[in-house]
Amino acid sequence: MSASTTIPAESLVGKSLTRVGGRDRVTGAQRYIADIKLDGALHVKLVTLPVGHARIISIDTSLALQVTGVSCVITAADLKQPVPRFGPSFNDRPVLAVDEVKYYGEPVAAVAAEDEDSAEEAARLVQVEYEELPGVYSVERALASDAPLVQAPSLRGNNPLAHTNIINEWKLDWGNVDTAKADLVLENTYTFPMISHFAIEPFAFMASAKDGGITVWSPIQHPFVMQRIIAHVTDLPLSAVRIIAPDPGGSFGGKAYPKFEPLLALMALKTGRPVRLVLNLEESFQASRRASNQVWVRSGFDHQGMLVFQDIRADFMLGAYVDIGDRVVSKAAYTAAGPYRNPNARILARSLFSHTTPSTAFRGFGVPQVSWAIESQINQAAEKLGLDGLEIRLRNVAHKGELVIPGGTPADGHWEQTLQKAADAIDWGTPLPSGRGRGLSMGMKPSATVLSSNVLARLHMDGSLSLLMGTSDMGQGARTVFVQLAASELEVPPEKVQITMGDTSIVPFDSSTSASRSTVFMGNAVRLACQDVMRKLKEIATEQYGVAQGEIQIFGGKLHFAGRSLPYTTVLKDYFGPGRGEIIGLGTTRARFEPEHPLGGNPAFWELVAVGCEAEVDTTTGEITIHKLATVTDVGKAINPQQVETQDAGAAIMGLGHTLMEHLMLDDHGRLRNAGALDYRIPTIKDMPGSLHSGLVENQDGPGPFGAKGAGESGILSISGAVGAAVSQATGVIIRDLPLTPERVWLALQDKANINPSAIHSKSLDHDSGVHQLADGLK
Amino acid sequence: MIEKTITVTVNGEVHTRTVKVHRTLLEFIREDLYLTGTKEGCNEGECGGCTILFDGKPLNSCMMLAMEADGHDILTVEGLEKDGKLHPLQEAFIEVGAVQCGFCTPGMLLSAKACLDEFPDASEDRIRKEIEGNICRCTGYNRIVQAIQVAAEKMRQDTLIVNKP
Repeated sequence: MSASTTIPAESLVGKSLTRVGGRDRVTGAQRYIADIKLDGALHVKLVTLPVGHARIISIDTSLALQVTGVSCVITAADLKQPVPRFGPSFNDRPVLAVDEVKYYGEPVAAVAAEDEDSAEEAARLVQVEYEELPGVYSVERALASDAPLVQAPSLRGNNPLAHTNIINEWKLDWGNVDTAKADLVLENTYTFPMISHFAIEPFAFMASAKDGGITVWSPIQHPFVMQRIIAHVTDLPLSAVRIIAPDPGGSFGGKAYPKFEPLLALMALKTGRPVRLVLNLEESFQASRRASNQVWVRSGFDHQGMLVFQDIRADFMLGAYVDIGDRVVSKAAYTAAGPYRNPNARILARSLFSHTTPSTAFRGFGVPQVSWAIESQINQAAEKLGLDGLEIRLRNVAHKGELVIPGGTPADGHWEQTLQKAADAIDWGTPLPSGRGRGLSMGMKPSATVLSSNVLARLHMDGSLSLLMGTSDMGQGARTVFVQLAASELEVPPEKVQITMGDTSIVPFDSSTSASRSTVFMGNAVRLACQDVMRKLKEIATEQYGVAQGEIQIFGGKLHFAGRSLPYTTVLKDYFGPGRGEIIGLGTTRARFEPEHPLGGNPAFWELVAVGCEAEVDTTTGEITIHKLATVTDVGKAINPQQVETQDAGAAIMGLGHTLMEHLMLDDHGRLRNAGALDYRIPTIKDMPGSLHSGLVENQDGPGPFGAKGAGESGILSISGAVGAAVSQATGVIIRDLPLTPERVWLALQDKANINPSAIHSKSLDHDSGVHQLADGLK
Repeated sequence: MIEKTITVTVNGEVHTRTVKVHRTLLEFIREDLYLTGTKEGCNEGECGGCTILFDGKPLNSCMMLAMEADGHDILTVEGLEKDGKLHPLQEAFIEVGAVQCGFCTPGMLLSAKACLDEFPDASEDRIRKEIEGNICRCTGYNRIVQAIQVAAEKMRQDTLIVNKP
């Protein structure tokens, strides 16, 4: 990357241009997958079993096939053998269940019919004889010596863990935890629940086979990952696989990796008809989720509150197939010790199989699950040492240039500023209204590592510009940022810049829209592509006008040389002739793959947030009221401040969801008990904090355009720790399991009252002050 | 399959169609009229993505059968724009940054319109109450409330101009 950071005179950078695509979104013209009609498409309905783990004995499709309008019913036996398996990291997930169903919602058959009603009726008539098998539905069961193996060892190659439910173990170890001397040791276990992405747009997919190739429509975040996987299951070359990826109606990681697209591709090839599958919300809940986890942590501090060691063991419950889950765990492990100077740390994070929906990417990518534990530990240490949440963090937070992980990327910002701003935003240090508590927390997430991105910039003969790129705009506003960058670079009006995304047959390769990487890596590629256009403009001007390249300057949308000022349009017309030709620029960024690094390479930047919260608890109901919530993020430079702030606000509220109310519940048969909008609560407008502040730190010290760092995930990273601390201060009880539902809070208050009836209303946090404090036992 | 012929006014246009009796109003709007701005989110009346105005009142169109709409007047998001000019709510949603993925936006706009039609001087609390049936997973809601306030102010100004003697 070498995009220069000189800001052009008429820069649009740092201005809140309104959203590109906003008009279509407010008029109903925006077409999401389910809004697109494919002529002659068959409607697909999946057939599933009402259990999480079962052996399939037989499947009888005869009754289903008698339904008028049914075209076919496909089972694993109808597919090529062995049934193709796929996944972003391991090819472990069969296109349809083979012999066994491994999670509630895994399809055993798929019906295709002329209309949805017929498909639904026929799906109900597919008769599956099955035997329910014992399932692995919790971390404890996954690790039990007598637990059934979720994945067949034969599918796990030479993995030494093949005969366990452990997918992988991620270990980091520095200093010496065993010999480190601490004045205060806190040892506790924390849990974080399974969470649904609950994008308001349910999953929808289509596929059509034509001319020896296949086209797949998917709201996928990473169209080129999809292309690779569809090529793999169909045995077609990449050039014959086209992925059309319209903007998702929300994704948050849920739509990052393939779900049923491989099945649809094979059905389209088999039937010769286009096929279409639109899941309802309940089915969408069964198709993606965030991994739950359990974190055991022993933290040591000296008497001044300095971290001496962190000993962390985190077990993540992934699902029946790995998906991208093990990568999630690797990133969680990498950042588990937080944005602090940790002289000694030992981290073991394990990814575990279970008979549940495969967990996948989810905004924050493993960090919220570990941050909850580590930030809560720091808050409890502060209280025991007579410090406060701000002071203890100011003492420990890494300063710019200091390492948080040996050999890793040093702290890349003035994180103490970020922390102080979050504290100020909730009036830290001012007298607290009666019955309320305040809390702080920090969160740190590594950016994308190994990657490549390309942009084609086409400067047309009329001076307008087309950009072709593989980023997905799922609401974060990527198009707007790229228009701003390109318009600034070439000094063309932003309304003359058009962006094409979401079609692998048109746009050049991009590794993914993930890890808050697009503004930095694709943004740099946009600038490089525009600079390539300018270089080529100089080349043709040299040839056309006989002027040395060094004498040409480009600014104000014109070429200036020898006293002349020619707009791009004139140069193009003079060189190519009227109505002919365009300039095509290419911009490429890449980060090398380092096989020995746990993340494949050091992150280019850290996504860093500090959170402040002021909360009150109704001691009669256990209900938490959030009066103030503030996130402050170090974004380096906000290319579009409005978009960054609204991303952070949305992420913060999503974090409030998993902190206060959201959790997927399973019954004894591994069935989701609360799929859908009625039973799974996400924040509505009634759950909004009294005040919500989304602050930014902009020191222009990131690797992206104009010093930008990635943004959009930080807001969710550590909401829980700050809320937990505020609740703890307000009530005197410590809860270590999320979410902090009224029921859970109320029960904790009752336990506390039974021990010490006066404690509930006590604002002072005069716990027993044993220096070697073990788990408080409130679970 | 039992069918019924219905006549419905949608965005000022009269449509007479024969529908299956179990067809929901949402399916009728999206599939028979191909007005896909109205979204299917939860299909159980909880998310508000399918909100339309039914005789001027907000309604989850997934919770009503198409045949029940016979003889009634419906406004969908496609009907908000007039003669190529956006409704003040649409303008404000763009301007304030109340739109991210946009999937909840059509329903949100119609709930907001119903609110301002009934309460032109709606307080912030009133606005919050009137859109509490619409779920948004992207924005955190505050910008939506702000956009509705901006639109309300604009609409009051426009009314003053129109009403000037």
